[in-house]
Amino acid sequence: MAAQDVHAHTAHAHAAPQGFVRKYVFSLDHKVIGLQYFFLALTAVFVGMILSLLMRIHLVWPGAAIPLIGEIKPETYLSLLTMHGTIMVFFVLTTAPQGGFGNYFLPIQIGAPDMAFPVLNMLSFWTTFVAFVVLICAFFVTGGAPLHGWTGYAPLSALTNTGPGEQLGADLWITSIAIFCVASLMGALNFITTTLDLRAKGMTMMRMPLTVWSWFITAILGLLAFGVLLSAGILLLLDRNLGTSFYIPLVVVNGQVMGHKGGSPLLWQHLFWFFGHPEVYIAILPGMGVASQLLSTFSRKPIFGYRAMVYAIMAIGFLGFMVWGHHMFMSGMSPYSAFAFSLMTMAIGVPSAIKTFNWLGTIHRGRVRFQTPMLFAIGFVSLFVSGGLSGPFLAQPTLDIPLHDTAFVVGHFHLIMGVAAIFGMFAATYYWFPKMFGRMMNERWGRIHFFITLVGAYSIFMPMHYLGMAGQPRRYSQFTELAYLHRLIPLNTFMTYAAIVTIAAQFIFVINLFWSMKKGPKASDNPWEATTLEWTTSTPPPHDNFGGMTPVVHHGPYEYSVPGAARDFIMQNDPATVTTSH
Amino acid sequence: MSEIVVQHPVGASVYEPSLFGTYSKKIGMWLFLLSDSLTFGALLFAYTYGRVSTPNWPTPFHSESIRNATIMTAFLLSSSLTMVFAVRAAVQGNAKAQRLWLLATMAFGLGFVILHGREWTNLIAEGLTLPMFPTPPGQGTGEFANVARDVPQFAATFFGLTGMHMVHVTLGVIYLGIIAFRKKFIPILLGLWLLAWLATPAYSPFHYGAHLILIAAIISAVILWLKPKVYDASDIEVAGLYWHFVDLVWMFIFPLVYLMSTKIIG
Ligand code: HEM
Ligand SMILES: [Cu+2]
Repeated sequence: MAAQDVHAHTAHAHAAPQGFVRKYVFSLDHKVIGLQYFFLALTAVFVGMILSLLMRIHLVWPGAAIPLIGEIKPETYLSLLTMHGTIMVFFVLTTAPQGGFGNYFLPIQIGAPDMAFPVLNMLSFWTTFVAFVVLICAFFVTGGAPLHGWTGYAPLSALTNTGPGEQLGADLWITSIAIFCVASLMGALNFITTTLDLRAKGMTMMRMPLTVWSWFITAILGLLAFGVLLSAGILLLLDRNLGTSFYIPLVVVNGQVMGHKGGSPLLWQHLFWFFGHPEVYIAILPGMGVASQLLSTFSRKPIFGYRAMVYAIMAIGFLGFMVWGHHMFMSGMSPYSAFAFSLMTMAIGVPSAIKTFNWLGTIHRGRVRFQTPMLFAIGFVSLFVSGGLSGPFLAQPTLDIPLHDTAFVVGHFHLIMGVAAIFGMFAATYYWFPKMFGRMMNERWGRIHFFITLVGAYSIFMPMHYLGMAGQPRRYSQFTELAYLHRLIPLNTFMTYAAIVTIAAQFIFVINLFWSMKKGPKASDNPWEATTLEWTTSTPPPHDNFGGMTPVVHHGPYEYSVPGAARDFIMQNDPATVTTSH
Repeated sequence: MSEIVVQHPVGASVYEPSLFGTYSKKIGMWLFLLSDSLTFGALLFAYTYGRVSTPNWPTPFHSESIRNATIMTAFLLSSSLTMVFAVRAAVQGNAKAQRLWLLATMAFGLGFVILHGREWTNLIAEGLTLPMFPTPPGQGTGEFANVARDVPQFAATFFGLTGMHMVHVTLGVIYLGIIAFRKKFIPILLGLWLLAWLATPAYSPFHYGAHLILIAAIISAVILWLKPKVYDASDIEVAGLYWHFVDLVWMFIFPLVYLMSTKIIG
């Protein structure tokens, strides 16, 4: 019966598309879609970076006249802050590691010709793109961009007369996020299905590279978290546009009693952070995967404790859904639940520490090759530890009382989520660039980029811990007039200079990127002598990834320096049977 | 009911066995439903949150509303049954029966939406409304008007939950229509859109809701353009999963929103 002739696996090697539009715009090829995500995130990160530059300038020179913009007013500062955070969290940290690199390399690393649902994949990219455009529009409407920060706390965000940016700008903001949720959901279910269903023969779950594991778990987190944010966003839109009071209690704004009552700002915080905490792991897990991959490859050693790494990723993903309340210690939530949230949060430290020690164990006594991708992977670990150490402090409700909403928190999450995740992306870019573009990136400029960025990032964000303990609040536009903070002005000025230098150094990266695409030395199929499947195919890979065949996998992903093997690495599809592990 | 027999296509052995030996589309749909249940879960959480934190939650639904909602429930339950028959017909390769059962399912779904829209219109006319909904002429001043004024959470959660569910049913009908009729369904959708938009007064929920049909029509057209394939039994089974899920969600909303807020006379 024809109807029963159902395929068990849906991704078929579709014919290579013809014509510009089908090839580069509405492409169904996961590699093209991955690059689209990558370049979208690259655009976004530059917008976000310029916004942060303006903020740092405003913080130490509040009256400065900036070309084209003029003097930054306090409300403009809040708009910059909101847009910076939103762009960075959603369109950079969520978009590049997962949508970009995950899309490009997950199918190849498991030996699949494409994602399970290519059309859905394309739709999810273009939906993300629409979300980005809608968000950027918020700059140009009356009132400008919203003021409520990336966390969009109600009732500020739920009323339309609480500030200039809270008019149309805030509607665009929440619409953009709702669209982004839909896009992420489509992406997530595609990633999960692909990983479950399209692994080549021999690629058992426990032979998957740790990058695949982290994209897989990240997708599960996204699947569960974005659905909730979508609802939260819809309710916010209803509050703003139909006059409901989900998040709004009886409030007085500018001396005027608003017609709302009965709602709860805490409802928004619960729904938002139920998404928000898993979201920080959505941002960092792919970076962890890349770091694991690179530390092993460039130390020429198997990853230390592969299984422990897998279980740690799962544990982080699982616990990540039970700790959202640690963002709400100061919200008036019951102290008993604060205690529970605090405990669960401390528990997350355990799998995080397992991962860290395994990374160190991997490098330990390895024959380390200090090439640019490796430098960024080591930088990732360094930043993850530095930023992570402040977490357990914040996780104590008593300590969080003075630290909440200060620069301390800003330091914590920028090191661990902002810069560490971005180091993960840099590592991934330098590492996979040869496969994606067929050429090598410039090594010397890569190193220079690394050292300036590492020192710069620490110079900007380490002092924030100190500032926070000294009482410098977060999200304040002007504090140069506050007497008790006067002595901190020189440190703040230093941070602004550090930011200017670090931002300038990013142009080294962009120039290196585009220059190498055209002029870099041609790359071989496996320039890093790595073992995973993407290095077994040609550079760049053909449309169906493996040229009409599907690889057969015989080995685990990290068989380096295996005694008795001919070379110091064994490719995953190497049929020779020297090895026993996995 | 009959399950679809999954036969491994030639060459499937180049892959590791798939999860539960089933095909990807089905796993994809299950994953979507998982995430969608969190979306509804968040809405139900918001409802519970509002209800628990409001002293004297009103219970205003009179028997007419409950009767209407019961008929709606019967419609949805019947539509699940016809959906089962559609899947069975598809598995047996009976194209004609399959199309008829799908049509029946769509008819029940559409009936649900129309009854529900009428219910909304009546309630709005009786005064249960949101502050910024357009108001019909001669807005009511009865008990519902008091409820809407005194307990804003009541109308908000009612319209929020049932509205989100109605969106799901509407999209479900469109989904089935595309599976059954493919390209031919697009002009019908556009016709429905115009009808729902132009033939209803500005205060009707259909007037604004109509644009959902337009958006769905555009997205369907794009998908059909990119993947102009013939849908087979597996597609119908997957669509059935969605349909049963939407039905299931109603089985939460009906008791929680309607039955638990019924006016007890006596
Ligand atoms: C052991 C691990 C960690 C612990 C114990 C921890 C603890 C905390 C706590 C208690 C807060 C709330 C502070 C406050 O608002 O007063 C916080 C904020 C934050 N954390 Fe962590 N954290 C950890 C790891 C991470 C990781 C891995 C990331 C991201 C990749 C991250 C990103 C953030 C962000 C973005 C915020 C601030 C959100 C905001 O208010 O805008 N944290 N962390
Ligand atoms: Cu958190």
